[in-house]
Amino acid sequence: MKLNELTAHEIRELIRKGEVSSEEVTKSVFERIEKVEKKINSFVTLTKEEALREARSVDEKIRKKKKISPLAGVPIAIKDNMCIDGVLTTCSSKILENFRSPYDATVIKRLKANDLVFIGKTNMDEFAMGSSTENSAFEITHNPWDLEAIPGGSSGGSAATIASDEAILALGSDTGGSIRQPASLCGVVGLKPTYGRVSRYGLIAFASSLDQIGPITKDVRDSALLMNVISGYDERDSTSCNYPVPDYTESLISDVKGVKIGVPKEYFVKGMDEEVEKSVKDAIGLLEKLGAKVEEVFLPHTEYALATYCLIVSTEASTDLAYYDGVGYGYRAQSRNLDEMYQNTREKGFGDEVKRRIMLGTYVFSHYDYYLKAQKVRTLVKEDFDKVFEKCDCLITPTSPTPAFKIGEKMDDPLRMYFPDIFTVPANLAGIPGISIPCGFTKKGLPVGLQILAKPFAEETILRVAYSYEQNTGWHRRRPAICDSQ
Amino acid sequence: MEYEAIIGLEIHVQSKTESKMFCSCSTEFGAPPNSQVCPVCLGLPGALPVLNEKVVEQAVKAALVLNCDVLKVSSFDKKIYFYPDLPKGYQISQYYQPLAKSGYVDIKVKNKRRRVRIRHLHMEEDVGKLIHQKGMSLVDFNRASLPLIEIVAEPDIRSSEEAGEFLMCLRSNLRYAGVSECNMEEGSLRCDANVSLRPLGTRKLYTKTEVKNMNSFKHVMKAIEYEIKRQKRSVKKGEAAVLHTRCWDPERGVTVPMRGKAPAPCISHSDLGPVILDEEFIASLRSQLPELPLDRSERFIQQYGIPASDASILTSSKELADYYEECVKLYKKPKVIANWIMSDLLRELKEKDIGIRECKVSPEHLAEMITLIDKGSISGKMAKDVFVEMFETGEKASQIVKEKGLAQISDKEALVKIVDKTLQENPKVVEDYKKGKEKALGYLVGQVMKETKGRANPKLVNKLLEKKLK
Repeated sequence: MKLNELTAHEIRELIRKGEVSSEEVTKSVFERIEKVEKKINSFVTLTKEEALREARSVDEKIRKKKKISPLAGVPIAIKDNMCIDGVLTTCSSKILENFRSPYDATVIKRLKANDLVFIGKTNMDEFAMGSSTENSAFEITHNPWDLEAIPGGSSGGSAATIASDEAILALGSDTGGSIRQPASLCGVVGLKPTYGRVSRYGLIAFASSLDQIGPITKDVRDSALLMNVISGYDERDSTSCNYPVPDYTESLISDVKGVKIGVPKEYFVKGMDEEVEKSVKDAIGLLEKLGAKVEEVFLPHTEYALATYCLIVSTEASTDLAYYDGVGYGYRAQSRNLDEMYQNTREKGFGDEVKRRIMLGTYVFSHYDYYLKAQKVRTLVKEDFDKVFEKCDCLITPTSPTPAFKIGEKMDDPLRMYFPDIFTVPANLAGIPGISIPCGFTKKGLPVGLQILAKPFAEETILRVAYSYEQNTGWHRRRPAICDSQ
Repeated sequence: MEYEAIIGLEIHVQSKTESKMFCSCSTEFGAPPNSQVCPVCLGLPGALPVLNEKVVEQAVKAALVLNCDVLKVSSFDKKIYFYPDLPKGYQISQYYQPLAKSGYVDIKVKNKRRRVRIRHLHMEEDVGKLIHQKGMSLVDFNRASLPLIEIVAEPDIRSSEEAGEFLMCLRSNLRYAGVSECNMEEGSLRCDANVSLRPLGTRKLYTKTEVKNMNSFKHVMKAIEYEIKRQKRSVKKGEAAVLHTRCWDPERGVTVPMRGKAPAPCISHSDLGPVILDEEFIASLRSQLPELPLDRSERFIQQYGIPASDASILTSSKELADYYEECVKLYKKPKVIANWIMSDLLRELKEKDIGIRECKVSPEHLAEMITLIDKGSISGKMAKDVFVEMFETGEKASQIVKEKGLAQISDKEALVKIVDKTLQENPKVVEDYKKGKEKALGYLVGQVMKETKGRANPKLVNKLLEKKLK
């Protein structure tokens, strides 16, 4: 097995024993990138030289027997909406095409303090608006399992890079499913933590009250390890919670005896893929066999979640994106006067989907009652979860109603494009944590994902159930054969 | 028909804090452009605001000295509009739930007490500064995100005089509380005026104009006066009032129409949680507040028996009132001290254009000087010069008197000699006096003073001369 195909915890063992160096791992990752990146397009920026330099400096620390953190020397890919000092941070948008951040996001600081190696920035839907990564201003990312299919989105680049072994770890961000849905469609693990668990300082906002950073990894243990590094209170983010951070690897116990799993009736809907439904139900059956108590539960406001989400997300987006006016940084269009500069800059700098959401949002906040109504429904959605979690430890649902669709298939139909989010947005509205893990494949060989949700700050429950399932199946070990099949 | 003017003021004051409203950048004035900036106040992508607690404290203090109800829960909103001095495309303000409501300021105009109500008071951030030069427009973001307090008064003001008095009271209260310097010339207080007319005796409010660009209280008053006249003329001509913004032109003394901003939509700010204040926090700030000018002035009249006009001057700033009370502790004749402060001290301060805090004459020194007069060591007239010297050098009066040989001659024997000499040299005057020409005595006193270069104790000289001439 090649080094780039290993998980972070496997690499960590080898580095610890002195069997491989961080430089070797980093080189193997870049070799893989050179081989397959043309077909996948996971990255918008690669930082090979800096990565190798950083890897050698970690190796130097190890040689000098300095104390290093568990993930030291492990290569990581970062979604291009997180600021790294001195590195281009574009949000896959023309308007930030030349924006080199002069500061580090808090998560980046934490990763640097733990000596992880940054290999590059991954492609995404522009400003994280989308579910297919087709809304990138720069390139189309391909699903490693089917190069004609989308990888999901908006963290499509991060999910594809993990699925194609171009990186060992990746970070994504999730506003309405942007970590979980691409993880599901690419057959990898994606965890959206509780809102407030991971600092958003330096994450370029899409919708502030919903955004959350989280890991995209090859298995559940890697997600737990990455969570240990990125979680915790940050005084620079008023919405981050001062709540103790456990050692998440301690919840990796392969045992679900007595765990109460709820299966929400509303998450098995008309129009969903039969194979997806079957895979998820099989998974629930397996967990029951392993000793979990399964019961059907109800989340009656689920049907309003997507509409509520659309109102809130577009309203917040339209104001969060007011930053980009061509004055201080980023793209500025040629114009004769100030008003024209604003108009031209934003017209040419933003893509269609972004403009669509800004217009929708501007409409909503000038009719403020819509926004207030949406906030009320948001509370109802949250209360549904509160009630269910009084009797259940977690919920299991499909992550996405369908497997990956073909590139270009839905681009002309923005409303249908929102459909893949129906099972993921409620968690963002409620601020609760959720994970997507692989639970099977369709006959055509496309991955299917299973979503586990729990109450706020119950990431440990999620990790335990996910780990138990993973240990009793082998889906996460399957890898696409990119070179052979295409 | 008679018309009355309806005036509502909107005031922004920059509150004094060491760091900006949502980041730790310095608020120091006068630094090189864009040297006090960071990702947060520059509005860089991804940076998040965190509320400075000191800003809340200052705003609560302002609310308390303006008699407002401080709300237990308030929140921040984004006020959305595009302008190059606004780095984020929105200004962080409090629109839906302001910090405080329903306050008032009592003013006295022509001896009539009037109450101007305050509708609400809220916190918001300042914007950057545009500099237009050589056909370019530059932006300095040092000022961006400095804390502002916006105070919206109800349209209770009826004249420019009342507006001026209201601003003075508001300023002295805010200065007393240490909230802001409230200096209009330097921009730490800004004031826009909404002016409309209505037939005297009616209750309805009519279409107003908003007047901007006044940079001193005097100009606020002048602009209001002009605007009232202009509107009256326009009503006479039968023109319909149109809601619009006008710019005060201080050179020409007129207001002219300017491009107004469309009202900016507001939406709650999801990166900042609500501001939740408990009773204890508000109470502790209330306990830190000093006695306010109006109360202090009344106490001065009662306690020190000084006239109302003196009390009002002495309480015009907290520092001056503190200075006065320090002096009174050391020297027990309050009116004498009041006179010295109001005539000599304030004159020198004004001449040197400095504040009482920079004054070199300490209360101890002033009290000592007045004691020297009482003891007869110096004359009152001489003391005036000694005071100027003290103001310049910061030395004690006794030191100056000693160094310059200014001590009054109260030594009887020394004076007798001079008196005798004077009498010998002026036989004719002596004769005149003896013939009953009383004025002649004055001349003789003058001669003695001249001989001693003004140092002789005049009372003693008088006594001695009278005795000799009997």
